[in-house]
Amino acid sequence: MPSEPTPRLAYDRPPLDEVIRAFTNGMAVRTGKVTLDLSPLVENGNAVPVKVTVESPMTEADHVRRIALFNERNPQPDIAVFHLFPGAGRAEVATRMRLATSQKVAAVAEMADGGFWMAEASVVVTLAACIEDLI
Amino acid sequence: MRTLINVPKTANKGEIVEIRAMIAHPMETGYRTGENGVPIPRRIIHRFTCSFAGREIFAADLFPAMSANPFLAFTTIATQSGSFTFTWTDEDGTTQSAAAEITVT
Amino acid sequence: MRGRPWALLLLAAVLAAAAAAADIPEADRRSGYELMSPELRAMQDDELSNPGMFSVLDGERLWQEPGGAAGTACAGCHGDAEESMRGVAARYPAFDAALGRPIDLAGRISQCRTERQEAEPLPRESEALLALSAFVAHQSRGLPIDPPDDPRLQPFRARGAELYQTPIGQLDLACASCHDDNWGRRLGGSTIPQAHPTGYPLYRLEWQALGSLQRRLRNCMIGVRATPFDFGAPELIELELHLMARAAGMAMETPAIRP
Repeated sequence: MPSEPTPRLAYDRPPLDEVIRAFTNGMAVRTGKVTLDLSPLVENGNAVPVKVTVESPMTEADHVRRIALFNERNPQPDIAVFHLFPGAGRAEVATRMRLATSQKVAAVAEMADGGFWMAEASVVVTLAACIEDLI
Repeated sequence: MRTLINVPKTANKGEIVEIRAMIAHPMETGYRTGENGVPIPRRIIHRFTCSFAGREIFAADLFPAMSANPFLAFTTIATQSGSFTFTWTDEDGTTQSAAAEITVT
Repeated sequence: MRGRPWALLLLAAVLAAAAAAADIPEADRRSGYELMSPELRAMQDDELSNPGMFSVLDGERLWQEPGGAAGTACAGCHGDAEESMRGVAARYPAFDAALGRPIDLAGRISQCRTERQEAEPLPRESEALLALSAFVAHQSRGLPIDPPDDPRLQPFRARGAELYQTPIGQLDLACASCHDDNWGRRLGGSTIPQAHPTGYPLYRLEWQALGSLQRRLRNCMIGVRATPFDFGAPELIELELHLMARAAGMAMETPAIRP
């Protein structure tokens, strides 16, 4: 009889490539078509502006279905999954995310033909000296 | 209602318009502690949708790695005058919504 | 979250040899805005994506809301804030004759609330007081800081200037040690700003919320391992008087964004 699995600690998260494989259901992911617009150095990880653009005409036949944003070193790998539809004009989404520390961020796009494309970017999150100590 | 929506008031038919939506919400991760080390309970908006004339044109699944006061910007092609509706749904099931009009000529 | 005492200790050592604080020449004055990335500047500039605007909108609603035993709203006396409050925050703290000492904007709002509206006072740093302060200060956005030339303020402003230069806390650092003598240099990963109070109340990404100048001043004091003055303490208002005089002519930014 198999032993009970040990519960995972909060920080014991799956690595980035495993997370991407789960999103694509094991399908191959090609690098390209996706642009991840992200400052390489951010002053505070609590609200990091990020923009993802995917090359796509966004027509009924050829559009981006989903774009997922994942991180490498937060306690949890998911940031957001965006659902897009034909008629969007552009496959372009901007948001603000939390990054616990310097790390890689990945954007993975699922196209209407079932293919996956991705881009990665590395971000340095500077550590401030003067942070609030509640007393 | 504490939302900030940015939709152009007018657009030409066929023009790509940018929509920006932000809601006041702590997106509390559940990992933080407050005064005296008391844990702050998790509170997360996990779903955002935007519809135009009753049809969904954009949606997002959100996680604790989204910033507080989550902000989203996306695009759509202006096809006709009408109303955009925005909804934000918390993990506890509560939903907030907002609307914005556009005149397309 | 814990501070990083090593960084501060290192700085304290560097500063031990530094010369006495010198004022920043007017041509070199910089708002913290100018030290931020283009992304954060854009977040501040665009009022529809600036999260500090939620408090301004709350304040706008509270401004119209009748309250207290008197059943009056701020708007009942002051009318349209766009006219009546334009430039007001840029002139605070002001001298309060009845109190015989200066009062800051949040203090004045709270005073109005208890004396005119006959309502419960709004605690310092409460969402409602921050919202009303942000709403009033927002009416001065873009206007130059214009400290009143009131001789009764002078002794208090002088005490604020003295406190600014006085080393405090276990790290034995004065405000001036960092913000006059070492602005533009790095402490940990961040650039030391000149400490101009141009954007308060402001939305700090670190706080993930809007907060007051007093909250920030108390952070600094705790950072140098000093016992901070209580919210509303006369010393904090004196320090604000000095900081506003030091920033005279710089544009108000409320609600500013800072990392």
